[in-house]
Order: sequence, then C-alpha cells, then structure tokens
Amino acid sequence: MKKSHIILLVLIAVAIVVLISYTGDLSSYETVGSAKQKPGKFLNLIVKMDKSVPVEYNPVKDPNLLKFGVQDSLGGRIMVVYHNTMPTDMEKSERLVLKGKVQGDVFECSSIVMKCPSKYKDNPEANKEQPVTINN
Amino acid sequence: MNTANNPATIQFIGEHLLPGNIGYILTIVSLVASLVATFAFAKAFFTNEIKEQGPWQRLANIAFVIESVCVFACFGVLFYVISNHLFEYKYAYMHSDKNLPFEYLLSCFWEGQEGSFLLWSFWHCVLGLILIKTSKKWKQESFGTLMVLSFTQFCLATMVVGLYFFDIKVGSSPFILLRNEMNWPILSRPDYLQLLKDGTGLNTLLQNYWMVIHPPILFLGFASTAIPFGFAVAGLLKKDHKWVTPVLPWATFSAGILGLGIMMGAAWAYESLTFGGYWAWDPVENASLVPWLTLVAAIHTNLIYRKTGGSLKTTYLFYGISFLLIIYSTFLTRSGILGDTSVHAFTDLGMNGQLLSFLLVFVIPFFLLFIVRFPALKEPNKEEAIDSREFWMLVGSLVLFLSAMVIITITSVPVYNKLFDQKVAPPEDPAYTHNQVQVFVAIIIGFLTAVGQYLSYKGGGKKGGFWKAIRFPVYIAIVLSVLTIIFIGIQYDEKTVSFQVNLYIALVASIFAVVANMHYWLVILKGKMKSAGASIGHIGFGMVLMGILISSSNKKVLSWNTTGINVIQKSPDAKNPAGNPMENITLFEGIKTEMDRDKKTGNFNYSVTYLRDTVDELDKKFFELKFVNKTGGMAKDSFYLYPDVLKNNKGMEGFSANPSSKHYWNKDIFVYVTSFQDHSKEDTIQFKLHQLKAGDSLFYSNGYVKLEKAIINPNANRPAGSNEVYLQMTVHSKEGLVYNAMPGIKINGQEMSMVQDTVRAQNLILSFNGVVDQAKGILNVGLKESSTLTNLITLKVYEFPFINILWMGIIIMTIGFGMSSYARIKQLKSA
Repeated sequence: MKKSHIILLVLIAVAIVVLISYTGDLSSYETVGSAKQKPGKFLNLIVKMDKSVPVEYNPVKDPNLLKFGVQDSLGGRIMVVYHNTMPTDMEKSERLVLKGKVQGDVFECSSIVMKCPSKYKDNPEANKEQPVTINN
Repeated sequence: MNTANNPATIQFIGEHLLPGNIGYILTIVSLVASLVATFAFAKAFFTNEIKEQGPWQRLANIAFVIESVCVFACFGVLFYVISNHLFEYKYAYMHSDKNLPFEYLLSCFWEGQEGSFLLWSFWHCVLGLILIKTSKKWKQESFGTLMVLSFTQFCLATMVVGLYFFDIKVGSSPFILLRNEMNWPILSRPDYLQLLKDGTGLNTLLQNYWMVIHPPILFLGFASTAIPFGFAVAGLLKKDHKWVTPVLPWATFSAGILGLGIMMGAAWAYESLTFGGYWAWDPVENASLVPWLTLVAAIHTNLIYRKTGGSLKTTYLFYGISFLLIIYSTFLTRSGILGDTSVHAFTDLGMNGQLLSFLLVFVIPFFLLFIVRFPALKEPNKEEAIDSREFWMLVGSLVLFLSAMVIITITSVPVYNKLFDQKVAPPEDPAYTHNQVQVFVAIIIGFLTAVGQYLSYKGGGKKGGFWKAIRFPVYIAIVLSVLTIIFIGIQYDEKTVSFQVNLYIALVASIFAVVANMHYWLVILKGKMKSAGASIGHIGFGMVLMGILISSSNKKVLSWNTTGINVIQKSPDAKNPAGNPMENITLFEGIKTEMDRDKKTGNFNYSVTYLRDTVDELDKKFFELKFVNKTGGMAKDSFYLYPDVLKNNKGMEGFSANPSSKHYWNKDIFVYVTSFQDHSKEDTIQFKLHQLKAGDSLFYSNGYVKLEKAIINPNANRPAGSNEVYLQMTVHSKEGLVYNAMPGIKINGQEMSMVQDTVRAQNLILSFNGVVDQAKGILNVGLKESSTLTNLITLKVYEFPFINILWMGIIIMTIGFGMSSYARIKQLKSA
C-alpha cells in the first residue's frame, strides 16, 4: 500500500468522524407544545406573531430587549424574549423561525429568521394574488 | 397561462411586443444552434478521418457562432426592455423601477433567475469563442471540450426558453408578458399600461455597486469551470491525457476569477448586509466556495501528473467534480430547497424538476465514464518519496478536497430533509461547527503552502538542502509570529481553549506561508516575474488566511450597552441561549454618548454623537454620526460616518440598513443603524404642574425628580435691573443615572420669561412656573414627559482589525493566478 493511499484513508476517516460528530450538534424543529416539554434544550420553532399580545419594545429604556407573543400552527402560544433590537418589518412577516430555548414559561430566543412574502425575491405565487393599486 | 384575459379579443394600448418576440426567437434559435453545435463537435471529435473532420468542424464553429450571437443579442434585448422600463414585460416589472440609477439597471438584469442564466450562458459563449480561436495545436482536445460546452449551453438555453412540451413547462422566459402571468383584473383593461405606473423595483439590498460587479465575475468563474471539465471528459472518452497541458491556463484563470467572485460577494456582504462580517457559512456562500476548493486541488494534482505521471485519477475526479459542484450549487440556490436555511437564495420558479435533470444529466454520465475508464488511468506503481514535492502537494489536495466534501455535506442537510422527509435543523452555532473543523484545514494548508515549493519533485534533493533553503524564512516567520501574538493576538475566547490554541497555530502557519513564499520568490527565484505566479498566488492565499484569522477572531463590539447600570443586571447570563448580545447602543439626536469602556483604565475609547439625518432623492435616509477616537486617553481624531437606511420596496414594510465604515490602515470601524424613531412631529403633550418644596421629589415613568434648591441670580452678567430664579433639580433614572436640570424664570421689569430645561436622555422637560406660597417655600414645577422629544437611533458598532490584509490578500492571490495563467499560455505558444 502506498503512503498516499494510507493518508487518503486516514483523511477520509477523519472526515467521516467529523460528519458523525456534526450530527450530534444538530437540532430539531419543534412545536410550542413539544418545546415546553424540553426546557433548556436548544431547538427551532416555526411560528407566527400572536397579534393578541402587544409587542414590547422600547429602545429608550433598553434597545436590547424585545418581548412578543407567538403562536404555532397547532395554536400553542408562548411569550418570546429576545435580547436584541426588534428586526425591521417583523410584524409583517408571515412566519418566524426562532432559535433558542424554553426557560421557565418564556422562550429565550437567540435568533429570529423572518419569512416574508418577499424576503429576497418576489414570490410569484404571492404576487399573483396581490391587487394592484390603481392610481389614476 | 391565464384564460381570464383573452388577449385575442382585446387591443392593448401602448405595448411594445417587438422586443419580446425577437427575444423569444433568439432563445429558440440559440437552443437549436447549441444542439447542432453539440452534435457537430461530437462528430468532429469522434471521427478519425481528417477529411471528414473539416466539414463537421466548420458546421460546429458556425453553429457555435450563431448561438453566441443569439445569446449576446438576447442579452441586449433584455437590457433594452429593462432600461426602457417596458413594464408590460414581467421581468422589467418585477426587477426594476423608473427611479433606479443607470448602473443598477444591470443589477436588475441578474436579480432574477432568467437574467442570471443568460449571464452564465453569455460567458460560456465568450470562453467558447476564445477556445475555438486559440486551440490550433490542441484541436482534438478542444473539439471534445466544445462538445461538452455546447451541451451545457443547450441545457442553459432550455432554462430560459419558456416553452410547453406536452403540458410540461420547460424553462422560464425573461420575455413573458405581465398580463399573461398575473390574474390581476386591471391587466384585462386595454389601457393597463397607463395604470401600471412603475415597476416593483430592485431589492434594496442589491442596490449596491458590488452587486453590479460581483455577479458577472462570479458567473465568469462558474462558466470557466466548464472548460477544464470539458477537457477531462474528452480525455476520458479518448483515453488520451495530453489535455493536462492546455488545460492549465484555463484552470488557473478559472480558480483566480472564481475566488475573486466569491470574495467580491463577501465584500458586498460586509458593506451592505448587516450580519456584521464578510462570511457567515451561509449555504449560498458555501456552495460557491466548495468548487473553488476542489478546483485548486485539481490544479495541484494536475501539476503532479505533468511532472511525475502520478495523481491522474484524482486530477480527472477533481476537475470533474468542480464543475458538477457548480451545477449542484445552482440546484441548491435556485430550487428553493434551502428555504429556511439561507437568507439569499433565489425564488423558486417551479423548475425543480428541470434543475434536477440539469444536475443529473452531467453527474450520472460523468461518474459512469469515470468508473468505466478507471482501470485505464495508469499511474506509475512507485512509492512517492516522503521528501518529494508531489507527496505533500497530494496531501494538500486531498485535504482541500475532503474539506470541500465536509462543507458540502453539512450544507446539504436541507436536501437530506427533503429526500427522507426529515426535519433536521442546523446546530446552535452553525458557524462554529465549520470553524472548528476548517481551522485544521487552515493549519495544514498553511504549512504546506509555506514548504511546498522548497521541496523538489521526486524528492532526494541535496542532503540538508531543504533546511538550508528554508532556514531564513523560518526564523523570520518565528519573529513575526511572536510579534503578532504579543501585539495583536487572538482575543476570541468564547469557545474552547483548544480552539483558541488552534487559531494561534493557524495564524503562525499563515504567517509562515506568506514569509516563505516571499523568500522563495525574492531570493530563490531572484524576484523574476516569469515564474513568480505560484509564489505570488501563495503569498496572497497566506494573507487571506491571516486576514481572516486576525480580523474575525479579534472582531470587537464597540457598542456594548453600558449606559444604564440596570441594563447590565438584566443581561442574560452564560446559560442564556441569547448569550450576551447587548450590542446595541441608543443615541439621542445631539447628545454625545460614550462607548467602548477600556477594561483597565475605565475610560471610554470612543464617543459618538448623532448629529442629524437627511433624506436623499432616492428616499435613502442618511444619519450623520460624529465619532471621536480617544483610544489611549487622548482625543486623537474625530471622523464622520454616514450609515443609511433605505425603505424596503417589493411590498415590504420597514427598512434595510446599509453600514458605513471608517477605514484605518490597521482596522475598520463598522457601523450600522439597527432601528430609528423619527419624532420630528408636533408635540401635543401638556405640562403637568406639581407643587414642591426644596428637598421634595416627584415621580415620572422612569424614576424620580428631586428639587434640590432654588438659586437666585446665579448669573452675574445678567442685564441690569433684571432678576433670575433657577431651580437646581436632579433627575434620578431607574437605571441609576443622575442628570442635572435647571429650569428658571427671568424677570426683566414687566417682562417675565420661562427657561425650560430638558433632560433628553429621559425625555423630560422641566419648567419653573412660579411661587405658590413664599412663606412655606412651595414652588410650582411643571413636568412634561414626552416620547416625541427627540429623534433616536440604535446603533451597532464593530471594530475589525487588520481586515485590509484579507482584501489585499485576495487581490494578490488573483494577480498570482493571472500570472500563472499568462505564463502557461506563453509556455503553450513556445512549446
């Protein structure tokens, strides 16, 4: 066996070990209900804003504190605490992907990914329904 | 298509249908011509009769030229449609508007999938024409390559043709009319174009000069990987490996341009996006990085094969997989499969099946061919010497290749989810999962880059010769490393100690790579330019590594919110998943705010004042911020930064922020506005009157106000005969901060005027409204709490030290690749 073959095998083995250890770091998508069963575990929630709860954000007092309510597709509700500024157009987004942990009865959120009807590009489906403003 | 509007019966007013019809015809002609070119090049490639070859070659060339002309013309027509604001075309309506400056009209062109496919196709044509023109000596190889290229062109043409074959939509044309696509009622009115005032515009994030230049360069990089792939396929088909020589200028050019294109995207992200960095291991970024890694690996194994006859199989595999990964990345970014994991993928156009076919039609035949030919790829059955250049080059190439495989596997998790209907989400810190692995790659590649050229092919140099040659750069590198570690270091300690140690080792490796290659070029090659490409490219690569390590691991948040003590108490502890992202500082208009407290001295290193804001004609709101740099206790210099926010278009509410940076030679101060409140409107809140004595206090929403004492005539320079009474008051906020206020009354004969005092940071206005009971000392104090007192913004400020090393490294590396490519062309000509 050539030295280069041995090195190749070792490197492949290392790559496989790396990938296997990566699977251990992976997290999961949960519902509000199942997330509450696993307090302290890092997970992802797919939710929308709960419009019945007012959004608390006052940059004068603390620009790094945002509280809002969310609701998942099964109707589960939870309050979210996010230690950062309020993302622009958060209230307009159709769907939020929240990363974080349930702690006590709130969801301590570390990042918010917003799914807007058109985050980066137009969604042709959304636009088909969009009425045109006639300004004549 | 929509049947509600029956175009046959309505005469629409003001439509320009000619450009669209021309465009349709051009795309169809280019589709057919590329198919003809594929077939004719295949005939010319496979035939053994010289006599037969000539006519096929002529036909193929003509077809390729026709196809190229069609693609160029198509490009022109689409640009005409966009720049003339012909909103009857969906592409113009969706991707542009009338207010856009001219240069951004180009960005509109490649905002959508159709335009960017055209751009890709455009570069294939340019490269193909150059190959036809320059490949006199390597005719056979170039026929095979052009066959593959023409077939790729055929596939790309199907993406933009927009035809229906038996109810299956093939491609999406950039020339479709808005009224044929949308169900809007007004589109059935004959005068709809008068009602459709403007397009929906270009995404605000893309309105940046990098977005004019980055996509063309990146797509040139994408397109250029097809040439080495074509050479490799031709080589496999004919079992003839002579192509490894003419491929070299193409491959080095491709790696240079692809690397440049990727990093221009990084520069765009740094300047225009607000994740506070240039690289986020986003799937879209990864998907373009990975082919670059395998391409660089392929160039190195190619060199090994040319010098020693070894590494032939890996050369084929690496060139092949580089192009296949480009198509795979196309599939990832355009199919919408990345969905939740990437913020900047294209919109799904409903062409997933077609995109998947595009991928498989290259992947399956290539691997079948590779496996069939595998036994025929003969390499010398000789052990590489451990002190030979080829041995370590191979190790480096394998490391690059496997690093690429690890990155792409992790990036492909959404594909795995889709295939197996799983719901696996990315880990808590996705960037760290990559960083902790890739730091080892940086270490290995860094050291190999340093020593590689000092080893000779086939090994067995003079005894001790290696050490003699490399001794000097080793000493220099040690000295520089020690200095760098002492004066700059790696401040990043949020993860494990071993990760920090690895970062240090990688830093040393990158310094060694730069020094050793400089020494090799200047001393061993005596500074000659002719063969300096490799050394200069490696210097650039070392600098890139160095720049990444120093700037990212020493990135510092300057805007830690330290204004309120209470805020710190509320700050999440280590158990909190949010970590400690109190990175936003609040600024009130006109009020100086201190920032970045020095841990040792307790002094603030910077102060920042939000002076004013203006709105330009494109509705961009600029904030004028004055910074004073007081690092080291002295007010050294002040500078102004103008971050801006632009109102989002495309039916979105809110704003997108554009950062602004101050560039020092050794660091960048990077600033962006995270939110703003505009309170320049009329204030309607009334004062509330309270009766107080000295020593009394009254509450407001965020604390209390205390009346300390009344001061009579504190100002000696007052006009004669006038009297002044001021109240010395203190405002105590919940956060524990104390502000002074001095409302007062001036009496000048019969005239009385009130002097209000405001505490802007607390949104308070205080007034002294006269004496209620002189004997008891009861005074009338007015208090107004107003949220509409002042404009405020929240700001993030980062410091990126030595980021210029990264940008310079990119430029130098690209120059190095260019020089190598040029030198290889010269070699081919003189051979």
